[in-house]
Amino acid sequence: MSITATGTSGLTASPSDGQRHGLSGTGTTFTRWLGVVTLVGIAWLVFFGLFVSPPDQIQRDSVRMMYIHVPTAWLAYLAFIVTAVSSAAYLWKRTRSLTWDRIAGASAEIGVLFMAFTLVTGSLWGSVSWGTYWVWDARLTTTAFLFVTYIGYLAVRRLGGSHEARARRSSVMALLAVLEIPLVHYSVKWWRPLHQGETVADRTIDGLMLFSLFVGLITFTLLYVWLLLHKQRQLALEDAVEDHGLDLALVERRREASTTTRPGGASFGVAAPGGAAPEGGAA
Amino acid sequence: MIAMQYAKQVFGSYAITLGGVGAYAWWMLRRSRKLAEQVSDEDKPWT
Repeated sequence: MSITATGTSGLTASPSDGQRHGLSGTGTTFTRWLGVVTLVGIAWLVFFGLFVSPPDQIQRDSVRMMYIHVPTAWLAYLAFIVTAVSSAAYLWKRTRSLTWDRIAGASAEIGVLFMAFTLVTGSLWGSVSWGTYWVWDARLTTTAFLFVTYIGYLAVRRLGGSHEARARRSSVMALLAVLEIPLVHYSVKWWRPLHQGETVADRTIDGLMLFSLFVGLITFTLLYVWLLLHKQRQLALEDAVEDHGLDLALVERRREASTTTRPGGASFGVAAPGGAAPEGGAA
Repeated sequence: MIAMQYAKQVFGSYAITLGGVGAYAWWMLRRSRKLAEQVSDEDKPWT
């Protein structure tokens, strides 16, 4: 670890190769290119969704909200499934690694964000189609329940303790929470709510409308990959800073203790800065 | 396009989603950059 303490100011590190090449933070050449492709896809989605695709015979122009509402819901489902798969990979001893836990946490946060967009865009669409922003029908209620469950998952991740304890408890919760997804998905078949049923699988749209929807799905999938790469690296940096912070706090504490003298004049018998960490100390 | 029905809701849904994603991405990259300044290359295997 080449990190150094600089008085009370905290930590410093020499510029990395990435920073010297203008790729500081969590970026790489791949994520930059992926970001550019995603931006092109978003521009394409906006152009097709708002200007090229035709209005629907029944819903008229409000159908344009489908090209953003459905991809956000798809992305949230994808993110929560990735969270569950990564959590299972962490719990399985042969593949246990904190990287899986970070991927799970990153994916869940992205999923919660896009679930929120799903609820907001769905409410706007509902205000046009149903004349109200919200009804307590099966699809909307189960979706709201899924949203709240994953907010709880993110809260559980922040309960404190070691990285391993965080990974264990959140992995178990992720495997339980993902069971709600089939409930949400099939709610439109099981309870026949106000929310419309499957659009693509039932082949109720075609042509430019279907193409615009697929542009949205592909673009949002690319966006998810881009966000996931950056977010899980950010979580790795947070863990590293937390670990280094604990190391530095120990060094500072020893330094303070070694300069404190007993009333009789003898100093405390504490190891000098840089000495071995006490048993049970941070790695 | 000019006479689009429900323009407020349609444009609103695009603006909220894309604006929200942009704000989240900006916040994430800014925080990552600050964190990256505090750790060495060993903790950034992707660089």
